[in-house]
Amino acid sequence: MAETDASTVPFVERMPRRPLVLNNRSMAWISDRIAGIVENKAPLWWWITICITGSFAAFGTFCILYLLFTGVGVWGNNIPVGWAWGITNFVFWIGIGHAGTLISAILHLCRQKWRTSINRSAEAMTLFAVMCAGIFPAIHVGRIWMIWFVAPVPNPNWIWPNFRSPLMWDVFAVSTYFTVSVLFWYLGLVPDLATMRDRAKGKVSRIVYAILSFGWRGGNRQWRHYEMAYLVLAGISTPLVLSVHSTVSFDFATSVLPGWHTTIFPPYFVAGAIYGGFAMVLTLLLPARSLYKLQDVITWDHIDVMCKLLLLTGSIVGYAYIMEFFVAFYGANPFERFAFLNRYFGPYWCFTWTMFYCNVIAPQLMWVRAFRRNWAIVYFCAMCANAGMWFERFVIFVISLHRDFLPSAWRMYYPTWVDIFTFVGTLGIFFTLFLLFIRFLPMVAMSEVKSVLPASDPHYHPPVPAGEEPAEEARA
Amino acid sequence: MSSAMVTKPVFGLIAEFPSAKALYDAAEKVRDKGYTFWDVHSPFPIHGMSKATGQGRSSLGYIIFWGGFLGFTTAALLEYIPSSFLFPLIVHGKPVNFFTVPPFFPIMFELTILFSAFTAFFGVFVMNRQPRFHHPLFDFEPFKRVTNDAFFLAIEAADPKFSETATREFLEEIGGQGVTVLYEND
Repeated sequence: MAETDASTVPFVERMPRRPLVLNNRSMAWISDRIAGIVENKAPLWWWITICITGSFAAFGTFCILYLLFTGVGVWGNNIPVGWAWGITNFVFWIGIGHAGTLISAILHLCRQKWRTSINRSAEAMTLFAVMCAGIFPAIHVGRIWMIWFVAPVPNPNWIWPNFRSPLMWDVFAVSTYFTVSVLFWYLGLVPDLATMRDRAKGKVSRIVYAILSFGWRGGNRQWRHYEMAYLVLAGISTPLVLSVHSTVSFDFATSVLPGWHTTIFPPYFVAGAIYGGFAMVLTLLLPARSLYKLQDVITWDHIDVMCKLLLLTGSIVGYAYIMEFFVAFYGANPFERFAFLNRYFGPYWCFTWTMFYCNVIAPQLMWVRAFRRNWAIVYFCAMCANAGMWFERFVIFVISLHRDFLPSAWRMYYPTWVDIFTFVGTLGIFFTLFLLFIRFLPMVAMSEVKSVLPASDPHYHPPVPAGEEPAEEARA
Repeated sequence: MSSAMVTKPVFGLIAEFPSAKALYDAAEKVRDKGYTFWDVHSPFPIHGMSKATGQGRSSLGYIIFWGGFLGFTTAALLEYIPSSFLFPLIVHGKPVNFFTVPPFFPIMFELTILFSAFTAFFGVFVMNRQPRFHHPLFDFEPFKRVTNDAFFLAIEAADPKFSETATREFLEEIGGQGVTVLYEND
């Protein structure tokens, strides 16, 4: 190595890597702390929270049933705003999921070891967000019993779906995304379910965990196939996650409507999705790490990195907003110009400026290191991003539709109470599912966190007392 | 009952090692000694262990490729046959033959990914011969810690070089602790 300077202290000791798990925690400590969340009694706050979120979920379910029994007229959609809250919520939830896959797949390919502390809960968040997203396209058809028409199956009418339609692409993209996310998540869970099995006190729980872990034995003959599958799943999930929101954006970009018909949509939607998703990860994990005393596993360094990603993606989104506006001016298309002037200065101006503030201005706080390590400011930015991304979808969909080419067709859109409470209901469903997840499954990938401890390196040497030969082969 | 246990055939010998590094070093020695039916067990995948055990790179990747290929083919047929023959739907006045392939790409892509993912997930467990709930290793009480913080190395009696005494001495010599004989359970 070229590190032969005057100092006798090796490079790795002068600039040591930041530990991913603080306080030199042992492997047994990690198992105890994380599996303990599942094994111990549920704390009081958990019961209180799930009662609240469960009530919202129940009322949301009522709203959905009301829609199905009455018809889509209970929503505020009407011509020209034929797509409103339903699609806004769908895209909002799909976007949330993207951070989970980014953490589990893209960061794995980039060998970002810090991901191990947060990937399990982020992937679970992905699944629940995609479930919530799936509700809206399913119920918006009104006659839900006809939803199977989207599937390409032979039927007596001999009608087949139009495979050239972006809406059909969406069906495939979202269902593939959900399935692959489930498989990826479950594969990661198998070794941890084996840990739960080996720790289980009761016979029933031991049998259940044994079945769920497929009798995992942790042999290297198993690990080598497991790691290959994990790597390949990360490799295929990477283009998948980028494609899902691109496909969602095609629903709009392939139309002729000013404000939708733009080539910037796919990357802009993907950046926004990751921005909103990281905000939701922070929303869930900042309280969870304190309540379950996981500060040594999910450290401030983790939060710091996520805040930087928030800043990066928020700034990409800001660039897209400004570039859209510029292109509308520069393109000299009067309809396009009007659409953007109407977006920022029309009747819905407050929605647009809220979006702009929440997605572009608020994350700029994250430039300051002290702010990235202050939970109140981080939480504020995450909440801004959660709200901002919902507003962004509303702005794009509703504002573009409500004043299109024909002024005689212009009309304002107002949501009904069913619109509002269906969305609030999906928030309830999402948080309820997440609470159940942290109650019944290990919320941190124990085996993966153990694998990034210094002692897990097969070339690890315990610290040598001063004066003795330092560990030369210690890996950087 | 205990006499019945003893008459069962021997599964192999298991030894515990104190750390990932100790297990890695021991695995290299077992590999160099020429054993074939043996494995190391750890709470997490140890980096480079496939090299230390001589097991090599997993061939699962090649199988997944064919899974993905099947997905691609399925999507191509699924789109082409209905769109061109069964239900030719003319949209935007565009032709219905296969040369309008670009709008078919997204679904081909998605099904390639979907089938690859299924192959990867089920491939792991097929190649690992899982699920298997009754393995002789599970009868060894300390083996429960393998999913927590313990490292084990087991050499099976099926190995041609296996000898209950010589292998035991060898495992102790390379630093194995608490070497124990395991019996087949069925």
